[in-house]
Amino acid sequence: MTAQAAPAVTTATAPPLLRVENVVKHFAIGAGFIGHAVVHAVDGVDLVVNTGETLGLVGESGCGKSTLGRVIVQLHPATSGHVYFNDVDLTKTRGEKLRRVRQQMQMIFQDPYASLNPRMAVGDIIAEPLHNFGLARGKAAEKRVQQTMRVCGLNPNFINRYPHEFSGGQRQRIGIARALVLNPSFIVADEPVSALDVSIQAQIVNLMEDLQDRFHLTFLFIAHDLSVVHHMSDRIAVMYLGKIVEVGTTAEVRDKPLHPYTKVLQSSVPVPDPDLEAARRPILLTGEIPSPVNPPSGCRFHTRCPIAQQICSEVEPPLERKSDGHLAACHFPGKL
Amino acid sequence: MTAVDGISFSIERGERVGIVGESGSGKTMTALSILRLVPEPGKITSGRILFGEKDVVHMTDEEIREFRGSDAAMIFQDPMTSLNPVLRVGFQIEEAMAAHRRFTRQQAHERVIPIMKRVRIPAAEQRVRDYPHQFSGGMRQRVMIAMGISNEPSLLIADEPTTALDVTVQASIIELLRDLSNEFAASVILITHNLSVVAGLCQRVIVMYAGRIVEEGPTRAIFKNPQHPYTWSLLRSLPRIDERGHEKLIAISGLPPDLSNLPPGCKFHPRCRFRVDRCLTEEPSLDDVGEGQCARCWVLMRNVPDPEAVMK
Repeated sequence: MTAQAAPAVTTATAPPLLRVENVVKHFAIGAGFIGHAVVHAVDGVDLVVNTGETLGLVGESGCGKSTLGRVIVQLHPATSGHVYFNDVDLTKTRGEKLRRVRQQMQMIFQDPYASLNPRMAVGDIIAEPLHNFGLARGKAAEKRVQQTMRVCGLNPNFINRYPHEFSGGQRQRIGIARALVLNPSFIVADEPVSALDVSIQAQIVNLMEDLQDRFHLTFLFIAHDLSVVHHMSDRIAVMYLGKIVEVGTTAEVRDKPLHPYTKVLQSSVPVPDPDLEAARRPILLTGEIPSPVNPPSGCRFHTRCPIAQQICSEVEPPLERKSDGHLAACHFPGKL
Repeated sequence: MTAVDGISFSIERGERVGIVGESGSGKTMTALSILRLVPEPGKITSGRILFGEKDVVHMTDEEIREFRGSDAAMIFQDPMTSLNPVLRVGFQIEEAMAAHRRFTRQQAHERVIPIMKRVRIPAAEQRVRDYPHQFSGGMRQRVMIAMGISNEPSLLIADEPTTALDVTVQASIIELLRDLSNEFAASVILITHNLSVVAGLCQRVIVMYAGRIVEEGPTRAIFKNPQHPYTWSLLRSLPRIDERGHEKLIAISGLPPDLSNLPPGCKFHPRCRFRVDRCLTEEPSLDDVGEGQCARCWVLMRNVPDPEAVMK
């Protein structure tokens, strides 16, 4: 055969691995005579994650980034909206079919102390997903666990040890091994390095990058630390009070932030260089983050935005394309 | 177990010094020792802590009570647990003054609102009657700082004051600490794991590892020209928001040592890529390496021709 295979379809037309459409997640709190208050944790989010990329999701505490991550992997049911994974709407999928999809999506949690059962040996913790999905038992499962431990930088001889015998960094490796053992294509990592010591953070960041290359993983990397997110991500989404306010490639968001909140966040991050620090002028916000029970009208950032105008309190700016692949939800993008 | 072993340093009036280290490095114990607040059953077994002419280690209980708060005050990491939840914020600030002799009860009462304004708590007149749970994390940290500065101490020790806070709030607390130390000519000891915060706020840096000072010196020298392999590696292991292109982080392998089972020789040698035979058996002393910089290392980074290549 001399004929060559037809060139692959350009990736631009390839469907995204994950598509989040107008997802809303409300939590009811308390109960009174008249009704109960509602926390608008995630309030109409659209987001796309492409195959093989790392999408960084940043925002401050309470902005809804963790809730969004959990809604995506269906740990929380969405109040409304759709989550498409490989074009399957997870919010409409139930039972065995949902189980099969979920095998493809795993989660790494923040706290390596709280997210591992202290009464289970490490081998059993990592093997549990295999058993849950009926993929392997006995010797075969053990072999798969040992293999996974090795690629995560854990000594497979420690298979019978318990979580308390490991350091924070090693526990996070156990959490990563548990996520990886099913051979997923998509991993939601919720603050995977923020509980770790500085010298250990780099080990875990490098491990995640290695694993991504090796197993062609797609990451949703959720963190409050902009420096780590900038380092890890191909694209970045910035969240404020339940809404995505800006999405773009890491370089675009870093060099040409469009939303004032993105700019404020970036200006607040210190760098380990005294000369640059002497020149850095953080844009300080006045006021406090409004309650997600009663979010502000119009643009949710208008109560604290240094350049807010009348329109910002009245009309909510949609998240729209400002340049190729760079989206922002702001009436005055790039003006701060 | 020796948490802190043979630490010596001094701080000038009005100077801001950062003590940097990972968990277990002894940075918090060092700070607690200055106020003689080391938790039981821990104790200071030897050494002196001189505040001006006075030795804190040998103060009577009465003297140490007066010293804490009015000469030196501490700001703790977690403002959620350091404030009393059932007392009004204004009352707690007033108490901090009433506990000492500098101000009368009447003066203390009158000073509360001006101090709250000084730490830039908005609407201080109304908020003085609020309880801690009505304050956000950043505002609670401001209340802690207000209590800390209420007796106009000449030394402020801040233990991870911004670690529990969001980055935009962190920025405003750092600005506040800088302004206050300039205003009062107060010395500040900032204890943190965050090297970047130190780079902006402190004139001098002390790097701790395994209960020892491994390097210290002027901030610029430490960041631009670190001589200890630990400092050097730590700076390169940090992801930076200003990084261009994508370079792999240089990770330090292994773990910080167990303090009850320290390795012989240099305590960093099991993780050090630049070690020589001597490092395994003999612990180096903290020696002057020039320009007011000291490092505890047999090798020193300036003697390593291409350290980046060694790490890769």
